[in-house]
Amino acid sequence: MSVADLHIIASSGFFDTLIETLFLESYNTRLVVLGTAFLGATAGIIGSFLLLRKQSLLGDALSHATLPGIGIAFAVMVALGGSGRYLPGLLLGATITGLLGVLLVLAIRRTTRLKDDAAMGIVLSVFFGLGVAILKIVQEIPSASAAGLDSFIYGKPASMIMSDLIIIGVTLLLTIVICLIILKELTLLCFDDSFASTQGYPTTFLDIILMGLVTAVTVVGLQSVGLILIIALLITPPTAARFWTNDLRKMLWLSAFIGGLSGWLGASFSAFFEDLPAGAIIVITAGIIFLISMIFGPTRGVLPRYLRQRQLKRQVGRQHILRSVYEIMEAEQESHPLKNLPISLERLRDHRVWSKGELPRLIRQARSEDHLERQPSGELRLSESGFGEASRITRNHRLWELYLIKHADIAPSHVDRDADMVEHILGAEMVHQLEAELELQEHTLESPHVIENETPPNAV
Amino acid sequence: MSPLPSSAARPSSIASDHSPEFPLSVHDLTVAYHRKPVLWDLDLDIPKGSLAGIVGPNGAGKSTLLKACLDLIPKTSGEVLIYGKPYEDQRDLVAYVPQRESVDWDFPVSALDVVAMGTYRKIGWFKRVGKKQKEQARAALEQVGIGHLADRQISQLSGGQQQRAFLARALVQDAEIYFMDEPFAAVDAATEQAIIELLQELNSRGKTVLCVHHDLATVSRYFDWLVLLNMRIVASGPTKETFTRENLQKAYGGKLNLLEDAAHALQNVGR
Repeated sequence: MSVADLHIIASSGFFDTLIETLFLESYNTRLVVLGTAFLGATAGIIGSFLLLRKQSLLGDALSHATLPGIGIAFAVMVALGGSGRYLPGLLLGATITGLLGVLLVLAIRRTTRLKDDAAMGIVLSVFFGLGVAILKIVQEIPSASAAGLDSFIYGKPASMIMSDLIIIGVTLLLTIVICLIILKELTLLCFDDSFASTQGYPTTFLDIILMGLVTAVTVVGLQSVGLILIIALLITPPTAARFWTNDLRKMLWLSAFIGGLSGWLGASFSAFFEDLPAGAIIVITAGIIFLISMIFGPTRGVLPRYLRQRQLKRQVGRQHILRSVYEIMEAEQESHPLKNLPISLERLRDHRVWSKGELPRLIRQARSEDHLERQPSGELRLSESGFGEASRITRNHRLWELYLIKHADIAPSHVDRDADMVEHILGAEMVHQLEAELELQEHTLESPHVIENETPPNAV
Repeated sequence: MSPLPSSAARPSSIASDHSPEFPLSVHDLTVAYHRKPVLWDLDLDIPKGSLAGIVGPNGAGKSTLLKACLDLIPKTSGEVLIYGKPYEDQRDLVAYVPQRESVDWDFPVSALDVVAMGTYRKIGWFKRVGKKQKEQARAALEQVGIGHLADRQISQLSGGQQQRAFLARALVQDAEIYFMDEPFAAVDAATEQAIIELLQELNSRGKTVLCVHHDLATVSRYFDWLVLLNMRIVASGPTKETFTRENLQKAYGGKLNLLEDAAHALQNVGR
């Protein structure tokens, strides 16, 4: 569907504006949306390392500590006779106190026995409090218009101009280039810093580069998402990306993409909710992407994991009940080949220890899979396909048992339990391998150990 | 951190008398955390080609000793020499296997990636891991028996397999001295056996291995050199001479349950 098609569909004014914003048709929105998207991508990349280095909260301390710097820089510039709202000056002030905050955290960490979270909590809140107080004071300076300084707290992307976009773009490029050049070194630092240090890597220097980039993205992002919420842009994209992949490189690109998308969509939406702080909308967008990733992410998402577990549970249950029925039939019949005769429910119940409610559930499952039929007499009988499946499962189980006895020195009386665990994951290929290993040809196998009825739990 | 009064400081001229033949010699080493000394005036020489165990009660400073030797924590006083030179000049000769719990095994890298980290120093800055290093890493994984798990993400490895991956990372460094911090902690019996066989194999090629260890029952079977440590060196020498009831009593003090272990272990000596 092309943009033009969308235009035809969206005849109402609301959709017109939405599409105009999303596809960057007016100069102003193009600037703002691109700027926040770039910012999101930058934060996504550098945030990945911050997260893996387990220093996310340090980023939070840093961003909060920028506030006093903004107030002080304003006051200094006014005192020097300037306008006080010269952006590079404000950002310089923000950088200075931000870094001061980080240094203070590091100093507390090194000289006292305070835990990290306490050190960061103290620095974060004290600096922020200080910043709020300073801002209040400078707003009362006569003849200086400090209005708008508040926007650094919650962010105001609409105020972005071309030079801001260029700065953000440069930061993005710089971040990508640096992270690609020292990807190997940063990975080592984040995974195992003491090993890195024994290998002669200057871990402190690498940490400084990392924190330098975090500082850059924080300061650059002050204007659009604000200092309270920039941390969300640093943490949310990489944590969301982590649900989709176990590969660091893929995680980095995906995190950049998610950050960029959050910025893009968030800035576009905020064009419609002008009363709401744009930073908040961007962060909420990122949060929604996070939520989707958490639920559906194929690698570590909640839903795929639940489905995998459920499938395994069903498979294990199926194998237990079919093998039990098969073993009972073997015990009840003298002659070969085995005939598919019905067995009683009591016999099945006594055959092994079933947990509470397990047997009725498995019978229901086996019936729904057309493996098992209930006779009018109340007895259970395998269906044709169930019979084939049961004999296959039993054979695989015994193959594995034989293998364990022969090659792993496991006593025959113990082999059943181990075989139980592994047989559920035996694929066709492994079965062939087992057959070859054990030099087996014949189709049916006898159990290598005595099959006893388990004592029913109520007899204990 | 204020330096402790170096009561037992010797003239530095003696320090240089340490023979450069020793893979590791520690001289007057004192380490203190928050003004509380953890290691006191350690003097230690480990001869070349030994498979040495460092044993002592909890809090005796066993890991601290390794870390101080590798400049991971600052030395309050004293010096550590690797073949007669400071560690920073001899990094290529030393491989270090930290405690398994010291890293986050949920990290998004594969077993092969972790092992390849052992080659980073040789690769140098800015360059990527090449084909050659990947082959080396794969071979090392084969050597520790988990070659088939090379592409697994490390959180999907069992504890024993993770320890083996760490060991493989040390192997690709092709060092002369191996520092191991509790390589047998919380691993399965098969892994313990595989690791000790590997260490013995390294040892038979003339490499020196230094292992922090906590299981007294296996000391005499695993190690030919033993360092008994409890903030100070209680004894250091060939296991046959140092693994004695008096030395254990000195190292473990009044900790009775441990002494029983020790008595039990002593029965195994010479078997």
